[in-house]
Amino acid sequence: MAEEREALFSKKNRALLTDPLNDNNPITVQVLGICSALAITVQLKPAIVMSIAVLFVLVFSNLIVSLLRNMIPTRIRIIVQLLVVASLVILVDQVLKAYAYDVSKELSVFVGLIITNCIIMGRLEAFALANGPWKSILDGIGNAAGYGLILIAVAFFRELLGSGKLMGYEILGHKGKTIAESTGLYQLGYENNGFMLLSPMALITVGIIIWFQRSKNRKLIEN
Amino acid sequence: MDRNSNAYTFIFAIVMVIIVAAGLAFTATTLKPIQAENVKKEKMQSIISTIGVEASRDESPAKFKEFIKQQLSLKADGTVDESVDAFTIDLSKEIKKSNDQQRYPVYVAEKEGKTFYVIPLHGAGLWDAIWGYIALDSDKNTIIGASFDHKGETPGLGADINQSWYEDQYIGKTIFNEGGDFVSVKAIKGGAPVGDKHGVDAISGGTITSDGVNNMVEERLKNYIPYLKNN
Repeated sequence: MAEEREALFSKKNRALLTDPLNDNNPITVQVLGICSALAITVQLKPAIVMSIAVLFVLVFSNLIVSLLRNMIPTRIRIIVQLLVVASLVILVDQVLKAYAYDVSKELSVFVGLIITNCIIMGRLEAFALANGPWKSILDGIGNAAGYGLILIAVAFFRELLGSGKLMGYEILGHKGKTIAESTGLYQLGYENNGFMLLSPMALITVGIIIWFQRSKNRKLIEN
Repeated sequence: MDRNSNAYTFIFAIVMVIIVAAGLAFTATTLKPIQAENVKKEKMQSIISTIGVEASRDESPAKFKEFIKQQLSLKADGTVDESVDAFTIDLSKEIKKSNDQQRYPVYVAEKEGKTFYVIPLHGAGLWDAIWGYIALDSDKNTIIGASFDHKGETPGLGADINQSWYEDQYIGKTIFNEGGDFVSVKAIKGGAPVGDKHGVDAISGGTITSDGVNNMVEERLKNYIPYLKNN
């Protein structure tokens, strides 16, 4: 009963939101969801839309599984979780196709890929099955935000250095066929780094972020 | 009831699946007409965009009616098959039939007193289907507009075939050479030579998608040679 009287935003509950942003980040600390971090971080816009979609799916699947946690038979819990996640993803996909056709085109195959995002199954298994609905919602928001944060950071560097654009806008100037036709940095002979567009650079960028994070956050250094 | 008993597990699984299936089936059926409408409008929008008519998706049905005068489905020999509605032909299915069995849709447009021919395309890219439309001028040779799209090509690389910088390269290219032989228009790796009437720059890093576009354009347009040559 003590749990019932706990304030909505008690210190413990706030930690559910903030921990995944840094100390317990799903990508850089738990190393989950790496696959989508590689696939959709070539440009910033799909990364942002993907983060929002994951937020939606993670919050609602956490909530549903948490509500059902005392009813789900232990032996088929993984299948039940998968069922919840898959139906939410299909729901999102169908609604987007009907009411936000452009966004659904932008996301194309990535919506389906949310089902395979290990963060979602990971949180359901590790958190929602053992905690109440409110905590599960907070945990969902926190983890999706932690995931989105890294995704957007990686996409920012990859799009900027790889194609010289952000959100599709040319911010380093326009690259013409010759230096004379170019503007901005390209006029000085700057070239886009095509390697940034390829998957290995996503891993290396994530690696650099992990390195940076660990050098700043002493708690994460293992002995 | 014991949560670990077989009976409970089975009942739970069955109930859960029925609820989820009913929910999803209901959503899918309710949303289907809206989704189909979106797809239809987008098809109209792509077709008219190749003849230089820009319209939002909601305006496109009216504009489509205004500019597209005829929708023909052709037999392999170039004659018209009246029994088939060209707009409803699903190229992704049609393409699997043998060449004689296929019906080839063509949209005849009139704009500012000139007649244009819009030919739909469908093919395979790196990951999934690619498709598009090519509009030919009254001479049935010069391309006046092209529009490509894809289901899931690599973002930033192959996916760029639906960007205007890529599509606009096709404008002014010709599909027949001076001798009147069909040569198609190809995306060339490393860039097409200046003045090449049958080549455009391929997308660097998107080789397989570019090849897919080449194959699609050549394979589809080839089927229209009898129609383009005779009329």
